[in-house]
Parts: sequence; C-alpha cells; structure tokens
Amino acid sequence: MTAVFVLAAVAAGCVQASSMLAVAGWPRRSPAAAIVLWQAIGLGWGLAAVGTLIGLGTATRRYGVAGSALSQLTGFLDGRAPISFGLLSAARLVCMAAGLVLLSLLVWVLLSVSAAVLRARQRQRVLLSLLAHGDPKVPGALVVDYPAAAAYCLPGLHSAIVISAGTLDLLDSDELAAVLAHERAHIRERHDLVLLPFIALRRGFRWSHAARQAHRAVALLVEMHADDRVLRQRPARELATALLRVGAAGGCQAPAGALAAVEPDMGGEVAARVTRLLRPAPSLSVPALALVGVAAALAVIVPVAVLVVPF
Amino acid sequence: MDVLWEAPESLTVRQVSAQLIERDLAHTTVMTVLDRLSKKGFARRQRDGRAWRYRAAESREAYVTELMLSALDQTGDRQAALARFVRSVSGSEARALLNALEALGEGPKG
Repeated sequence: MTAVFVLAAVAAGCVQASSMLAVAGWPRRSPAAAIVLWQAIGLGWGLAAVGTLIGLGTATRRYGVAGSALSQLTGFLDGRAPISFGLLSAARLVCMAAGLVLLSLLVWVLLSVSAAVLRARQRQRVLLSLLAHGDPKVPGALVVDYPAAAAYCLPGLHSAIVISAGTLDLLDSDELAAVLAHERAHIRERHDLVLLPFIALRRGFRWSHAARQAHRAVALLVEMHADDRVLRQRPARELATALLRVGAAGGCQAPAGALAAVEPDMGGEVAARVTRLLRPAPSLSVPALALVGVAAALAVIVPVAVLVVPF
Repeated sequence: MDVLWEAPESLTVRQVSAQLIERDLAHTTVMTVLDRLSKKGFARRQRDGRAWRYRAAESREAYVTELMLSALDQTGDRQAALARFVRSVSGSEARALLNALEALGEGPKG
C-alpha cells in the first residue's frame, strides 16, 4: 500500500502547491522558472492522481503500480483473472474504473482542445488572408481595420502578429515596436504550447477553482516572460506605456458585443505587469532557482518512480 | 473579395474581372478564385442564365468582428490559445492607469 500512499500524497501535495504558487510573489521575479514549476506540478498531479486510483484498484505490486495494473487488466480481458464478487474486489474494480476514466478524460481534453485550437487558428488564417493588410508602421505584422485597440499573435508554423487599426492610431512607433517584440517572443518561444495543457485542464475541470487559478497564473507568467524578453531590446518605459494605453483603450472603446466576451482584468494583472516593468525586482538567486528546479524535478520523478519501480 | 464587398449587388465573373482591370488577371483565374471563395462559404452564387452571379456571404465588418471576437475571447470556450498583448481594463481601473501614465511624465494621447 506504500506506493498508493506516496502517490496520493504527491497528488494532494501538487494541489496544495498549486494554490500556494498561485498567490506567491516570487514567480513575478522569475517567470520562466515558475512556468517550469507549474508544468511539473500539472504533470505530477496527473500521474499521481491516475496512479492513486489504479493503484487502489490493483491487487499485486509485483511490477510497480503501472505494470501490475496493466497485467491485471490484460488478465481480465483474457479471462485468466475472473472477476470475483467480494466486497474488496468490487471496491478495487470501482477504483480501477475511476482511474481509467480520469486518464482517458485527461487525454481526451488535451486532444480535443488541441483540435479546437488548430481549427480556430485555421479559421483565423483564412479570415486574415481576406481582411488583413500590411502597414509600414508595423513591419511584419498584419493590420485589421478594427477601431478598438487589440494586438495578439497567431502562433504555429505559419505564425502572424495581428494588430488592429485602433492600436496603430493609439501608439507611437517606439511603443508599436515594443508590442511587436512582445508578440515575437510569444511566437519564438511557442508560449501557446506552454498554455495548451492548462487550457485543457481548465476545460476538463470546469468546476475546479484550482484548474482555473492555474490557467490564469500561467497565462500571466507567460505574458511577464514575454515582457522580460522585450526588455533585452527596448526600454521598459515604452512597453509599460504601450500596455497602459492598449489596456485602457481596449476597455473603453470596444463595441458592446466585444466587451461581453472579454473577461475583465480582475486581479489587477495589467497593473502588476506595469509595476514590475517600472520597478523591477531582482530575479531569484541561483540557490533559490536551484531549489525551484529540484522541486519541479521531484514533482515528476517521484510519481513516475512509484509507478514503474516495484516495491 | 474586396470587389464583392464593394458591390451593391451580385456580380458575374466578367464584371469582377472588369473591376480588377489593373491587375490584368485572366478570366479563368478570376473564375477559379470566385469558385473557391464560394466553396469556402465566403461568397454565395446563383445561376443567371449561363453564368454564375457572386455576392459576398457576409459583410466585411461581420468577418472583422468574427475575427476579433474569436481572437480576444478569453472565456475559454472558443479559445484559440492566442496570447493577447494585454487584457482590457475598464471603468475606474482605466482611469487609475491613465493617471499612472500621467505620473510617468506624459499625458495620454488622444
């Protein structure tokens, strides 16, 4: 039973760690390290939660949790291990089924969200090919004639940066360059792939506050990380004023239909990004970064080890 | 597509070609493009004698709105996993941020 206890502890620990990480202050100082830790916690939780359930559902531990569960399942299917109807084996069956349902739910939401994202992007590309045009003020970006301020990137193999005409009117050339550098960082570092599992988690567990919180935290960290990339090339002030202008104008000028679809900036995220641009805190020290790395490694290695190593 | 959006009524291939005179496109090229637009649902066509007449399925503004709404929607339902530059802020927060801008030493433009 030790293995199941360890897995259950890891799963519970990951949930606890995620709620602590969501409110911690240090991720804003080193967003990249925090993103890695979020990914590790997410993966570790998935492995441990599925492992706990199928671990409870298996009778032996001869081949590690994963191996034993697999041999038990093939046993059922071959008819070598007939299903008995004792109370204990009934409870085991329920746990095993729950574990398999959770595993397939996780895989399913990831696949369906990926497919939905690809479809939405394809539609965006087709529409952009009909509607968008270039503009010398923003080389390499596509401009759409839309009065409200908006800027976003379309990631993928045929990536694009989209800027609304409203943004062009609102920002000066330095600020536009900062916006472009920010979006290019998203595209170059494939931040969309970082976000995808968290979108899937949120979609799969709509009722879960933790999943929603994790998605928002990672989305904000990804923005902060892209902001940091801009600072390598351009002064913080340009990006900060661009953020404030677009943020303020987007709320004021968006048409009624658009406003309803936009989640308001509940947690003061824009303010947080501007604050850290104008008054940067030093990033984490090397020992602290090492500690984060070890925590991230443990969150994944411990459940994997318990799943595959027999004991 | 721009020609179709500008036109008040549906156009034949020949009329579209006539408006694209500066592009000097072959009649068959225009025909192929219009055919593909209608297959993708951007143009509707109806028989008029021996020719097809084409018109835009939706106004240009409708497509712009669709594009922007799907891109900026953050509720997670039609999420295209597009990272927006910045969330919009509204009401009192917008004013507070504009004040912050002024405190930076330059007032908001426009």
